[in-house]
Amino acid sequence: MNQRLRLPSWNVLGLLPAQLIMLLTLIIPVGIIILVSFSTRGPYGGFDYVFTTAPYKQILFNEGWSGELEFNPQYLIVVARTVILSLATTIICLALSFPVAYFISLQKTSAKMLLIYLVTLPFWVSMIVRVYSWIIILGNDGVIAKALRALGITNNIGSLLFTDTAMLIGLVYSYIPLMILPVFASIEKLDPALVEASHDLYGSRLTTLRRVILPLCRPGMVAGAILVFVPCLGAVLEPVLLGGGKTMMMGNLIQLQFGAARNWPLGAAISIVLMCAVMIFLLWRGIHAMRKEGRENGA
Amino acid sequence: MNMSRPAPQKKAVEIKDVSKAFGNFQALKPVSFDIYENEFFTLLGPSGCGKTTLLRMIAGFEQPSTGEIALRGTNIQSLPPHKRRVNTVFQSYALFPHMTLEQNVAFGLENLGWPKERRTARVTDMLRLVHMEKFASRKPQQLSGGQRQRIALARALAPEPEVLLLDEPLSALDLKLRQAMRDELRTLQRQTGITFVFVTHDQEEALDMSDRICVLGDGEIQQLGTPTDIYEEPSNRFVADFIGETNFLDAEVISLDGDRATVSIPLGVTLNAPQKRATVGGKAVMSIRPEKISLPSQDGQIATEGTIVGANYLGGYTHYVVDAKGTVLRVSKRNSRSRDRTLEVGQSVRLSFAAESARILGT
Ligand SMILES: Nc1ncnc2c1ncn2[C@@H]1O[C@H](COP(=O)(O)OP(=O)(O)OP(=O)(O)O)[C@@H](O)[C@H]1O
Ligand SMILES: [Mg+2]
Repeated sequence: MNQRLRLPSWNVLGLLPAQLIMLLTLIIPVGIIILVSFSTRGPYGGFDYVFTTAPYKQILFNEGWSGELEFNPQYLIVVARTVILSLATTIICLALSFPVAYFISLQKTSAKMLLIYLVTLPFWVSMIVRVYSWIIILGNDGVIAKALRALGITNNIGSLLFTDTAMLIGLVYSYIPLMILPVFASIEKLDPALVEASHDLYGSRLTTLRRVILPLCRPGMVAGAILVFVPCLGAVLEPVLLGGGKTMMMGNLIQLQFGAARNWPLGAAISIVLMCAVMIFLLWRGIHAMRKEGRENGA
Repeated sequence: MNMSRPAPQKKAVEIKDVSKAFGNFQALKPVSFDIYENEFFTLLGPSGCGKTTLLRMIAGFEQPSTGEIALRGTNIQSLPPHKRRVNTVFQSYALFPHMTLEQNVAFGLENLGWPKERRTARVTDMLRLVHMEKFASRKPQQLSGGQRQRIALARALAPEPEVLLLDEPLSALDLKLRQAMRDELRTLQRQTGITFVFVTHDQEEALDMSDRICVLGDGEIQQLGTPTDIYEEPSNRFVADFIGETNFLDAEVISLDGDRATVSIPLGVTLNAPQKRATVGGKAVMSIRPEKISLPSQDGQIATEGTIVGANYLGGYTHYVVDAKGTVLRVSKRNSRSRDRTLEVGQSVRLSFAAESARILGT
């Protein structure tokens, strides 16, 4: 049975610095955001401490002249787009990561180290530079367009840039290392004898992949999916640079409220909704995982 | 007399000139032998002699560098592991952790396309065979080492393989369990009638369980034969040394007469004993097993004086170390009577052995 680690009481004091940092950088700021989300919009941006739930109502409804609420799906559309794009990113990352991670795991130790280093290499470059480089690739005068023209395939491929596809490409590119690493770790942890046992018991390559390798790599894939899906929900750069700011995701919407729109309470309310959504999602995964562990360990 | 000849045995596995090199390291020199149907066949040898490599080549996980392997007369060289009617019991068991025991045992049957009803019946039978029917819906993590071992066996036996390969399946178990599992394995082999190819580096295990033993050493076959053959008629010094305990005395070969040799040994005696690979003037040793030396001496045997320099009382036996004219001999004496008086260290004794019990081995 899993025994939770019990720390002697003086060790709790040792954790104090960490708890202080948590308090200062996480709990207090979140508290402020919650406060702002229930405040009234100030006349020139900012906010006044007057309690109201209006910002939350604003997410779904327009307030008519006479105060009646009128359903307005414009923000809901942004939420839906965000979720769909994030899901698509996660699925594409999963599909691409598995073969890559598997390939890396088959290499010699030295080559493995190099390849993993290469996978994480983009993290050493500023996010803006990385996303910007896609403009050069996808733009009207970009690498792809030029190549297609040079090959005489087409002169007018339409604009690749500033589309949902461009955003998706950017998102996948940005977050795929976060998927490859945990998937790679779970493949590395896989006992090669289990793969051999499957072949030994008349399992073809496909059967072995489906019934042994994939199920055993599930924890890595779930971890990767969470690591990709969650930051995707809050992505800001990709929509701005590759989506051209025309199609918004939740991150942009929040940024817009704090910036140009000068509606801090609404921005804060959307942030809180996003955060709650992520927390519910993670909690659900956590409970699911705990139940599963309980089932496996309980007699 | 009516001598009934044993029926010609069918070959389950034929190994023809099979060798294996990893890069430029020769793990296994070319070896050839046959394994018969319904046999408990053991590959025995010290660590690193190529036992696992040989087993993996039969299973299809390694390709031989040279030679061919045939299963029931068909060359299986080009078949991938999942098309060979061979199952393996892995040293680490390699049970699928995400499946219940039932699912583990059923895995091979599903891949072979057995219909559901037949599959379920077979799984139940196999679990009963290894006394694990009560645990069917548990996961492997919830089992003890011995229980995992049984499930690994059930899983490998379920698809009725033509040959079952076992790579040191008992090495992860504690001594007591290992003893019990030996008997169980042997019984399982008889019950199922499946050919077992068993790998071990434990000579006692090999002697206890096998119909025939193939002793491997330095990447080649040292001897192949029944346990009695191998213990009583070792074909060289390596085998005599590796199987059981023995005393080696330098022997000078005086003359050869077919499979016997006349030699002189440091005890100051000349004797005539069965020999293998000895040459006149060549180097040779005389091997005599500790339990074949009589203490005190018996009439009509080759006798010598000695002093006891060590005594270990082991309950059923006492092991003595005797210094006989500068030659150290180990002697094992059965304590056949209750509270047999043990001989004291320092005591002078007379011991003897029959020339017929000694073996002259060329090196
Ligand atoms: N994949 C490999 N690459 C290189 N050398 C190998 C490989 N597999 C085995 N060897 C070498 O081949 C030799 C035989 O190995 P093998 O595993 O067959 O020994 P073994 O008899 O099973 O030993 P043990 O009793 O320790 O299991 C060893 O020296 C080992 O180092
Ligand atoms: Mg081995």
